[in-house]
Amino acid sequence: MDKTWNNKAWFLVLPVLLLVAFSAVIPLMTVVNYSVQDTFGNNQFFWAGTDWFVEILTSPRFWDALWRNLIFSAVILAIEVPLGILIALNMPKHGLGVPVCLVLMALPLLIPWNVVGTIWQVFGRVDIGLLGYFLNSLGISYNYTQNPTHAWATVIVMDVWHWTSLVVLLCYAGLVSIPDAYYQAARIDGASRWSVFRYIQLPKMKRVLLIAVLLRFMDSFMIYTEPFVVTGGGPGNSTTFLSIDLVKMAIGQFDLGPAAAMSIIYFLIILLLSWVFYTVMTQSDAEQK
Amino acid sequence: MARITLEHIRHAYSEKAKAAGDYALKEVHHEWEDGGAYALLGPSGCGKTTLLNIISGLLTPSDGRILFDGKDVTQLSTEERNIAQVFQFPVVYDTMTVFDNLAFPLRNRKVPEAEVEKRVNEILEMTDLAGMAKRRAQRLTADQKQKISLGRGLVRANVNAILFDEPLTVIDPHMKWVLRSQLKRLHRQSRFTMVYVTHDQTEALTFADKVVVMHDGQIVQIGTPAELFERPSHTFVGYFIGSPGMNIMSAAIDGATARIGDQNIALSAAPALKAQGRIELGIRPEFIKLGREGMPITINKVEDIGRQKIVRASFCGQPISIVVPEDDEIPADAKVTFEKQAIGIFADSWRVGQEG
Repeated sequence: MDKTWNNKAWFLVLPVLLLVAFSAVIPLMTVVNYSVQDTFGNNQFFWAGTDWFVEILTSPRFWDALWRNLIFSAVILAIEVPLGILIALNMPKHGLGVPVCLVLMALPLLIPWNVVGTIWQVFGRVDIGLLGYFLNSLGISYNYTQNPTHAWATVIVMDVWHWTSLVVLLCYAGLVSIPDAYYQAARIDGASRWSVFRYIQLPKMKRVLLIAVLLRFMDSFMIYTEPFVVTGGGPGNSTTFLSIDLVKMAIGQFDLGPAAAMSIIYFLIILLLSWVFYTVMTQSDAEQK
Repeated sequence: MARITLEHIRHAYSEKAKAAGDYALKEVHHEWEDGGAYALLGPSGCGKTTLLNIISGLLTPSDGRILFDGKDVTQLSTEERNIAQVFQFPVVYDTMTVFDNLAFPLRNRKVPEAEVEKRVNEILEMTDLAGMAKRRAQRLTADQKQKISLGRGLVRANVNAILFDEPLTVIDPHMKWVLRSQLKRLHRQSRFTMVYVTHDQTEALTFADKVVVMHDGQIVQIGTPAELFERPSHTFVGYFIGSPGMNIMSAAIDGATARIGDQNIALSAAPALKAQGRIELGIRPEFIKLGREGMPITINKVEDIGRQKIVRASFCGQPISIVVPEDDEIPADAKVTFEKQAIGIFADSWRVGQEG
């Protein structure tokens, strides 16, 4: 089909452009503005150039938080993606079980994030929390406020509880779109359960899996609310992820310049890694042409 | 290769089926001879696919038994029955090459790789896919994909039967002829028992030695193409086979005479009517002679379809179609005569035999 050039089209895009400008572009420009200047309030600004970027990139505090965050995201992906696929594969395809399972799966996603944090904060407490009390009565001296390993485990289990459903729902949507004839043909061809997964289900889930991996990576890399509520970044700095560190810097210490520089670096890292994920996963698709 | 016996098979998709109407497949009792080429013909929703899936083991029938060479296989899985089946819509394993797709059923059964290669190459040759053996199956066109599906059905050397469920629906017409004649040739060479489901009568009549016509969950007639054409045993077979279908008109019988409206039609013998049901007279459009003598009709429309003309008319208030050779003239006050031997009498839709 021939493309027709019609400048009126710009008017149709204009409302969205304005919305995006106000909600994203202008705040982003403000951040860029802060990142190259120094301010002490009173609207007094001094040019700082790339000083803040150098400061952030050479500070061990930033690199520690970055590593923690990368490890966290890797663990989250390594648990949630396989687990989500496994659950989706075992969910019923028809009958009464379908709505029941779907509602159960959607429940964690419907809870506000800080409430999720509060639930787990209470759940894990040694004195009144079901989990903490139970573990301690088993003789495991579980305490997420003092032991970094326990804090990590709690945050990870909480995230798995909260977000695996998303992977499940996406995979399930991919699975139910496979026509019955594929399974019948596989039975005729004598395919094993593993072959059915490898050659029918996995290829058909690929597209939704890409979305699931991207979403889970970005969200886990930007995680803030839940660990903030549960551990507040502690004990020590053991669960201080990038966003928690950023908020501490910007609001706790009121270091607007370095915080703005860090925001931009943070943003670029997410952009870069998402691009890498996307390219790698669509590249393997393209090779099959 | 096997003789397949269906013993009083019935199937309902819901557990609680009681009335006959609840059954997608009413009682089917039939034997498929070893090495036969059968076509299962009927309109959509008549139970063809259900019957096919019961034979292949994808469905377990609600009642009845299935025997392969006299051995009960009702409870056996598809794999244990060793059946190949090709589906209506192409099923290919997207991530595999064309070659691997065809090799898949063999490799799953641990066939030695040398044998796999030999069989697959034969099939590639037959389906005209040899040029793309190394290509991914994902990017192929619908009819290339369906050829792969077809090939996977044919690749195994020792199957008990090959079942085809409207396999050529998505293939374009020119290719249909080629593939169908290849299937026919393959059948002659291999003598596999083949069952071919279709709603296209041309396909059924050209492929099969025996055509099984199904209607509303039951088999209404099994016969050679000629038998179905000349002596349909049910009015459904009459109008489903043939183009245009058989003319079916309600009639009254008096000895060896049928009466339609105020016309009397002589029959070759008196039909053996048992009870008084709904009586109909059937005659194929090819066996009606149009001329200046006989019974009057009113012509509504003449369709010229090339070698022939189809005359749509009404006869004593009932619609009737007549096939007329292209060069015959159609008189203005047209009259018709029926060929005596070609008339069938049907009581409650089933053909009635003759007395004596």
